[in-house]
Amino acid sequence: MGDPLFAHGIDPWVFLIVAVKVIVAFVVLMVSVLLMIWFERKVISDMQSRIGPNRAGPWGILQTMADGIKLFFKEGLRPDGSDRTVFYLAPYLAVVPAFLIFTIIPIGGEVTVFGHTTEIQVADPQIGILFLLAMSSVAVYGLMLAGWASGSKYPLLGSVRATAQMVSYEAAMGLSTAAAVLITGSLSTRDIVESQNGSLYGFIPNWNVLRLGVVPFAIFFIAVTAEVNRPPFDLVEGEQELVGGFHTEYSSVRFALFFLAEFMNTITMSAIVVTLFFGGPDGPAPHVVRWLWPILWFLGKTIVFLYVYVWIRASLPRLRYDQLMDLGWKRLIPLSLFWLLVVAGMLIDTRWGFAVFGGGLAFGLMLYQALRVSRARTEVA
Amino acid sequence: MPPVPLVHVPILAVTITDATVFAVSAAVIVAGAIGVIAARNPVHSALMLVMTLFGIAVLFVEQSADFLAVVQVIVYAGAIVVLFLFVIMLLGVDRLDVMRRDPLPGQRPLALVIGAAGLSLLLFLAGVHWVTGARSVAGPAGGPGSNVEKLARSLFTTYLLPFEVTSVLLVIAVVGAVVLSRRPSKEAEPEPPETAIEPEPEPEQPEAETAPAAVEEEPAPTGIPGGGS
Repeated sequence: MGDPLFAHGIDPWVFLIVAVKVIVAFVVLMVSVLLMIWFERKVISDMQSRIGPNRAGPWGILQTMADGIKLFFKEGLRPDGSDRTVFYLAPYLAVVPAFLIFTIIPIGGEVTVFGHTTEIQVADPQIGILFLLAMSSVAVYGLMLAGWASGSKYPLLGSVRATAQMVSYEAAMGLSTAAAVLITGSLSTRDIVESQNGSLYGFIPNWNVLRLGVVPFAIFFIAVTAEVNRPPFDLVEGEQELVGGFHTEYSSVRFALFFLAEFMNTITMSAIVVTLFFGGPDGPAPHVVRWLWPILWFLGKTIVFLYVYVWIRASLPRLRYDQLMDLGWKRLIPLSLFWLLVVAGMLIDTRWGFAVFGGGLAFGLMLYQALRVSRARTEVA
Repeated sequence: MPPVPLVHVPILAVTITDATVFAVSAAVIVAGAIGVIAARNPVHSALMLVMTLFGIAVLFVEQSADFLAVVQVIVYAGAIVVLFLFVIMLLGVDRLDVMRRDPLPGQRPLALVIGAAGLSLLLFLAGVHWVTGARSVAGPAGGPGSNVEKLARSLFTTYLLPFEVTSVLLVIAVVGAVVLSRRPSKEAEPEPPETAIEPEPEPEQPEAETAPAAVEEEPAPTGIPGGGS
């Protein structure tokens, strides 16, 4: 229960270890954002038969760093009609939750340093995965206030869209997370990961994506994509309609902070998907350097999902706003509620599970038919 | 599963850490609360409210009620205040002139009287022995077992009826919202109730342009059958 680091009280060494973990996590996240932006540009260029960044450093790997430095030296403007305090506050409100979510992700197993055993994870709170939901609902403020404080029409429209979208998809996200929590019986991310260790019949991994059926994973992945405003759900920054979206009026460092937050979110959310549904650091570990293998497995899985995000961005067109809301409210939320009931039934007894499944299916079909009939009637009338 | 044993924690065992955390978060809470009423701009007031809510969440953590703390952030800071802000932005009431006059006559004196009554009640209770720091009815939050487990156990056994009644109340609220926001069909009388729900967007404000979008998406959340609670 909890990190073994705190089992024997808190002494200066414990304090130091925690501080080191925080700093390492921050640096790792920053560096991976730099690499992620480069990775995304390279992969997209490849998919579009272009070369992509290739000037700064080997294979253009330093391109992001160059862009960042350029942004830092630009002039930071603030429009006259803007709200000064909130305008300056908003970018930080976007970045801080993005970093904090990263702290609950179990990156590896346990290590012992200076006689203290600790988990490779910044924090392992009792409430674990709920922290993700809390932080992603706090992240809404950054976007919302950025749009409002700009004192301009297009950013406001962008931020209103963003808020509606994020609040809508949080429900589906929470419900599909609940399925994983239900099967684990604990909210702690460490427990969720540990319950996925081992395998069925010796070769099928015991991961939640298989144990829960693929549905919660699919819902969670879609909801998370909408939550971090990645394509195809990037209506928040639809260039054609909104000039640039909520960050139209931002420039210089503050603009960079929004992009930092977006990419941090992409990385942390891939890591969360891996944690919840793909066993986190779980994987076969040979007997050499045992502590390193879980980290490598975790990194590998996360990179796969990062690639999927880029792939989606390169191949899918943006949704229309009403389609986005329909998908969230009329499809994902009912489906995830239904699947949550099925999982709960299955946990009591397989027969209960199938009963709930059949009943839910019948009810859903009846509801669909009823809606269709009523729609046909209103069209005739 | 056996019921969680009640462990008697020492009453009022205040360490320096406890006291510091309490002092800091209390200062944050009070500053936020004063900010809510002192800020001239409704959006700033809402942000100050978020600050207060975060302070309260920290106090919950300090009391080992982690779950309550997170729920506080998710529900109040993450949903309710976001809705407040949404309404403020969409209706364009983030202007001073809207707030100048009292919406209800006699509201301010009444608020003063009720506030004073609440404060004196609080002081009275604090002076009497009722607030002892003894364990709560459901057992100490810091004992063995997770917060969620204890909360769920007491919600679904001791407090089952209030819990269910609350969920019925929420369903009623959802149904009420659906009924209120439904547009009357074309054959029915020419929409008298519509003006009651939709305040007229003022044309000179840029925010007014976003109002139709909100009306369109309003029915969507309430359109899910059985989606309440």
